[in-house]
Amino acid sequence: MKHFLTTDTLSREELDGLLDLSDEFVEVLSRPIPKVPALRGRTVAMLFFEPSTRTRMSFERAAKALSADTMSFSPGTSSLSKGESLKDTALTIKAMGAEALVVRHKATGAPWRIADWTGLPVLNGGDGAHQHPTQALLDALTIRRHFGTLGGLRIAIVGDIRHSRVARSDISAFSTLGAEVTLVGPSTLLPVDLTGWPVVTAEGIDEVLDRDVVYLLRIQTERGGASVLPSLPEYVSRFGMTRERFARMPDHAVVMHPGPMNRGVEIAPEVADHERSLVESQVANGIAVRMAVLFRLLGGEVADA
Amino acid sequence: MPLVMDGADVARVVQRIAHEILERNKGPASLVLVGIHTRGVPLATRLASIIEGIEGVAVPVGTLGIGLYRDDLAARPRASLSRTAMPLDISGRTVVLVDDVLYTGRTIRAALDALTDLGRPAAIQLAALIDRGHRQIPIRADYVGKNVPTSEDERVTVRLSEIDGEDGVWIDGVR
Repeated sequence: MKHFLTTDTLSREELDGLLDLSDEFVEVLSRPIPKVPALRGRTVAMLFFEPSTRTRMSFERAAKALSADTMSFSPGTSSLSKGESLKDTALTIKAMGAEALVVRHKATGAPWRIADWTGLPVLNGGDGAHQHPTQALLDALTIRRHFGTLGGLRIAIVGDIRHSRVARSDISAFSTLGAEVTLVGPSTLLPVDLTGWPVVTAEGIDEVLDRDVVYLLRIQTERGGASVLPSLPEYVSRFGMTRERFARMPDHAVVMHPGPMNRGVEIAPEVADHERSLVESQVANGIAVRMAVLFRLLGGEVADA
Repeated sequence: MPLVMDGADVARVVQRIAHEILERNKGPASLVLVGIHTRGVPLATRLASIIEGIEGVAVPVGTLGIGLYRDDLAARPRASLSRTAMPLDISGRTVVLVDDVLYTGRTIRAALDALTDLGRPAAIQLAALIDRGHRQIPIRADYVGKNVPTSEDERVTVRLSEIDGEDGVWIDGVR
């Protein structure tokens, strides 16, 4: 694996391999000293051209738990504001000794371009509304650790599918791993054309309360998500995971959310904090999967001898 | 491929090492046996069951994967990492590391780093079924099943019934 850019091209075997490796790092993170020297002396640069706190911190924590050094780039205070191109920025950071780049950018495809320009391993930390592959990996890990497998599970993804890179990455990862995926959202927030997507659709959240997993997406006001909604109360009435709806789900079923949550919109506060909400596990597992990907790209996977 | 130890030889030396461990530590109290993946794990389990047979006390057995601690990550072939699992906190206990072949010592160096990250044992001892020499760092074993002088281009193959279906130790000649 040279880069980690999308979940679309990953086979079931590759996904399972990354999840197995992530399980190892969950164990490492549970130790008294949650750190291993595997990437000592290696340098990972965080290129976050779009604001992000949780993903950047999660990647930094992952790199540091592998003993790698990190460099961080913030667009606001950089020469990007003086007109430096994306390419020059990336090449400058390469020249400073970065050996792998974590890239988040609002433009679809930016991580691919940076991979071409620099020749360095690139991890896609989210590109526009396109892909967020480590999120999909952490979601799959969370589900696999909870249920043991994704094979045969029925998963509903609810909300703003159209603007969601999380949904795109999750759909391909979940279905590759053998789950049945149902998309639920207002027609204005579903992709225009679902031809070729391995999914079925449903009209409202009430139709999918019998699923094993209900994955609630954030209404992304910054991507225009709210502007195509009649009103938030109306969204809640058709697509919100209220306490009353949660009570109608089977006892084994769980809810998930990529965060940050709009409490009271896509998820009721009591549901978010319920023991059958996997939101906190998702955050914790995010560090382990990012360790797995960084390790795979920078260290290779090694045999004990 | 010349046979160095057959199944009976392996059984005999594992038995002897179990006695030596008990003798040096004056019994099994506070011992933890930690097998290094892959073939150290069944050896540690065998030592534990022999000790239990002698003393009537179950000695905890842990497993140690040291892939993340190697200093030659990039140079090594791809395979899967193996799991570290400790049955209890090793702090204050006497850990006996168990491996099949002691060679350059780099595996043991990595294992010592890995153990240090898991706690602070009172003492760490090392048991190896085979010591073939050619150390690259100053490490020696406290318990050795058999010293097998080798040249660097020879290969020592240990097979254990739990993994390989039979017990024995062979040396591949110069090729």
